[in-house]
Formats: sequence, C-alpha cells, structure tokens
Amino acid sequence: MSWRASAGRTAAPLALLLLGAALAAAALAASSSGAVRIPLGELPSLLWGQPAPGNELWRNVLIDIRLPRVLFALVAGAALAVSGASMQALFRNPLAEPGLIGISAGGALGAVGAIVLTSGGFWILAPAAFAGSLLATFCAYALGRRVPGVAGLLLAGIAINAVAGSLIGLFTFVANDAQLRDLTFWSMGSLAGANWTLLAFLGPWVLLMSLWLMGQWRVMNALLLGEREAQHLGYALKRVRAQLVLACALMIGPLVAATGGIAFVGLVVPHLVRMTLGANHRWLLPACVLGGALALVLADWLSRVAVVPAELPIGLVTSLVGGPFFLWLLARGRRHG
Amino acid sequence: MKRWLAVVIGWTLAAAAQAAPPERVVTLGGSVTEIVYQLEQGARLVGDDLSSLYPDAATRLPRVGYYRSVPVEGVLALKPDLVLASEQAGPPDALKRLGDVGVRVVTVPDSPSVDSLKARIRNIAEALDVAPAGERLVERIARELKAVEAIPVTNARAILLLNRTGAMQGAGRGTAANEVMSMAGLVNVLKEQQGYKPLSAEAVSALAPDVIVVTKTSLEASGGLDKLLALPGLASTPAAAQKRVIVMDDLLLLGMGPRLPQALTELKREAAGVMAR
Repeated sequence: MSWRASAGRTAAPLALLLLGAALAAAALAASSSGAVRIPLGELPSLLWGQPAPGNELWRNVLIDIRLPRVLFALVAGAALAVSGASMQALFRNPLAEPGLIGISAGGALGAVGAIVLTSGGFWILAPAAFAGSLLATFCAYALGRRVPGVAGLLLAGIAINAVAGSLIGLFTFVANDAQLRDLTFWSMGSLAGANWTLLAFLGPWVLLMSLWLMGQWRVMNALLLGEREAQHLGYALKRVRAQLVLACALMIGPLVAATGGIAFVGLVVPHLVRMTLGANHRWLLPACVLGGALALVLADWLSRVAVVPAELPIGLVTSLVGGPFFLWLLARGRRHG
Repeated sequence: MKRWLAVVIGWTLAAAAQAAPPERVVTLGGSVTEIVYQLEQGARLVGDDLSSLYPDAATRLPRVGYYRSVPVEGVLALKPDLVLASEQAGPPDALKRLGDVGVRVVTVPDSPSVDSLKARIRNIAEALDVAPAGERLVERIARELKAVEAIPVTNARAILLLNRTGAMQGAGRGTAANEVMSMAGLVNVLKEQQGYKPLSAEAVSALAPDVIVVTKTSLEASGGLDKLLALPGLASTPAAAQKRVIVMDDLLLLGMGPRLPQALTELKREAAGVMAR
C-alpha cells in the first residue's frame, strides 16, 4: 500500500464524479434490460405516468421486481466494498475482507441450519443467518482480544471460519436432496429476494453505516503507518477495532442473510480503487461505496441476462468475472512495476 | 373516470382469462411436466424447468432454471397464463410474486407416494381443463398398479446405489428409492438410514445385500459394472458374488410419476430374474 499524495486534490473528486455517472448509467441500463425487455424510453412513463394499455406487464416487472432488485444490488455492493476497505485498513492486509472475522461463515452456518432443521422460508432463514454472523463475529472479537494487536482477531477469525465450515459440513451431511440444492443455491448468492420492504430496512441502514465508516478515514490512514504509530498519533486502537468490527458486522450481517454468499466484491473493489486513486481513505472509502455499487449492479445485470429465461447465481458471476479480472490487473501491475 | 374504466377493463380481461382454458403453460417440476405430456397437453407448454427431462420434447422447451430457484422475470418473459408448480418448487416468494403480477399459479402435491401422484394428476388435469382425461389416467395407473401386484415378490434384501458426485451413495428411508423398492417387494437393507448417504464399505459388507439396484447414470459415473462390483465393501456381498445387479433408467426408477407401474414391473421382473440365479 503506498500513499499517493499526488492523486488527491482534483483527481479524486473527478474520479468520484465519473464513478457516480457510471453507476447511474449502469442502473438505468440494468433497469431496462432483463428477461422481459423494457425500452429505455418507456422508463419515465412507466415510473411516473399512466402506462399505456398493454404495458401493465412492463410496469409490474419494473416496479415490483426489477427496480427493487437493482437498488438492492446497489446497496449491497456499496456495503460489501466499503466494509472490505475498512477491514483491509484494520488488518493492514490487502487480503482482508468482511469474511475474515467470520461474518460470512457465521451467516452461512445460520442459513444452513435454518434450511436443514426447519421448514425454511425467508423469514426463518434471514434472522438465523443474521444471528449466525453476529455470533461468529462476536466470538472472533471476544477471543481475539486476549492477544495483543490485531493478530489475535485475525487468528480467532480464521479459527471461527474453520469451525463454522465444519459445522456447515455436518449439516450438509444430514441434509436431504432438496435441502442440498437449497444449500448450494444459497451459498452462490442471489438478489432475487429483493423487495421494497427489505430495501426500506436495509437501504437507510447501509447508508448510515457507510457514512459512519467514511467518517473514520483519518484513523484508517493512521493505521496505514502501523499500529504503534497510530497509537502514538493518539488513537485508542482497542476502541477503534471494536467499533470497526461492530460496524462491519452490523452492516454485512443482514446483507449476507438476505443475499447469501457474494464473493469477491469486498476484496476486489477496494483493490481496484486503491490501484487508481491511491490509499488515502478520505477518497478510497467513498470511491468504494460507488465502485462496489457499480460492480454489483453490473454483476446482477449479467446474472439476469446471461441465460434467459433462467438466472445465474450472482456469487458465481462476481467470482467468475472478478477473479480473472483481478489476476489480469495483478499481472499488468507487475509488468509496469 | 379513467381509473374506473381501467378497473372495468381489468375485470373483463380477468374474467375472460378465467373462462378460456390456459394456452401458455409453464411447468415447474419434472413429474409435473411428464404428466402434462401424458395428458397429451404438451403443445400448450411454453417453458419448463431443468428437472423436466422426460419426454424428450420437454428438454427442447425454454428452461427457466432449476425448479427450486425459479426466477420471477424469466417466467414472466414467457408470458404464461398458467404456471403449474410442484409443491417442492420455490422459492415461495417467487411464486407469490408471480401471483401478485396476475399470473395464475397452481401448486400441485409432489411427494413420493401413489396418493400424491393421483392428486397431482387430478389437479393438473383440472387446471388444464381436461379433468376427464386426468380421471382416465388415474384409473389407468390404478389398474396397472393392480396388475403389478399380481407379479410375485422376491422379498430380496436389496441396496439402491446412486452416484451423482463421484462418491457412491446408498438410499435410506424417506426417499423415492425406498418407496419404489418396498412397492416392488424388495427389502431395503439401508432402511435404518435417513435419506441418501455416502456408502460405508464396512456397513455394506455387514448388511450383505442379495441384490444391487443402480441407476444408469450412476453406473456410468462409477465406470461400469466391473468397477462397481469391485468397490470396497460391495465386492464381498452375495449380490456381487452372483452378479445380481439391476440397472434402471434414473427417471423411470426414481421419478414416481405416471410411469410408476412400468418402473415397478421392470424392477420386479428383473429382481425375480437375478434371484433365480
């Protein structure tokens, strides 16, 4: 991670503006295309006017199904990327992501338990997944606190992930065929559950948490220098650590519960942004919010249009597109030194 | 005034839709699709799901993905006036949404039993406005099942093997496989086990089944008959020693659809044949 002081002043706000514009364009395009094609020009009249007779299907699809989904992709992508960036700052490690402290594995464990032990249904699965992710994160934090520095949290997180993974394996073993299929689909992620109620809960929540995280850019910058240096600069690291972990868990927990596993966004987007804008968190964090939203809106769009009339799981799209793209970036970066 | 007019037009359209038999049908669930074809209503299908593998025509329709993760938009894009869904289809939210945007969704019973099969056929036939044909199909199946009962049972101790993922699995109770075996007069040696579980070599040799039932694709996945019989645990069973192996088509054997009598006949005859060795 390198400070790039030169990128800042004018370049960064411009980049944010560009990202915002790209996000708006992608959201519009994603709203108009899908299994049911809605012409771009019809969007305003469908949204605000009286739809022409015969266009009721378009209106239903747009308002009830597609729009909440696009907006949900936006919210989830922003949350994943900004919490990924925060975790990378906290752990001072470019491999960090929310999953590291057990958020995803705990959520998956809760979901799997709900699928196998109960009759299922979203309103059992989602709270179970949320509870699982919070519990796993709490365990990782409480156990990791006994070791000085962030290393304890990291080790406890790894152990919690292993435990959750094996418990998931145990549930998989006792699951029947139908449950196994559900498990597989859940772990590959989907935004199909998006609706206005969910969005009304999670939208403001993610916005609030993202704003708070963005406000922490000074301490994240200080952490770039090193833990001791940050402490010397006057930050109470124990409290900072607790706050960052809690914020990420509270933000990502309910998302994991609602979407299942969406890999790679929390890891790759902060990297992409850092490669272009530098590591100053003042700009990195808002750029992650926009970039993550953009990435997930595009990924969900791809998942909807790739195999019409079926749908690809979105977690598959993010890792299938994100993985190779990331490798290519790494290879290119190495060549240019 | 405008709104009032819209309501009236809406009602008229809805009433018309109720009156006319559905012409654009999407099925979710392999057995549901098979029954629609058995009722000779296949021409009315405009889409089905990935589990609809029989008859061949079903595989050439647009597929909306697997029936347990149905995409709302994908189904709507086919402009269906009726969605026939297995009770196993889902997620429930997706089916509810289809209903919310005005598509008629009929959910039919779908569990591995004869009663469920009969109810499924009747519900589907009614939804398609061909209730008499459904009744005839139910009667035919009942008649054929009677005929199957007349074939003498072997009461052979059998194990049913599946190989989907590379590891051989045995069918326990609570599975379609168990139901089919008991209807065909075979004793499932794994009936103490719940669901499909990876095979334990020691347990299998201790249970010593007389007959091995295996599906076609599972046999191919395991690399043929010789490889199967050489598997640890299986090799020492009486079934392997006498080469008493029954190979059957996956869907025919485990589908528990309208071809159930045919599956039972085949299984019973084969069992009697290999046990005579």
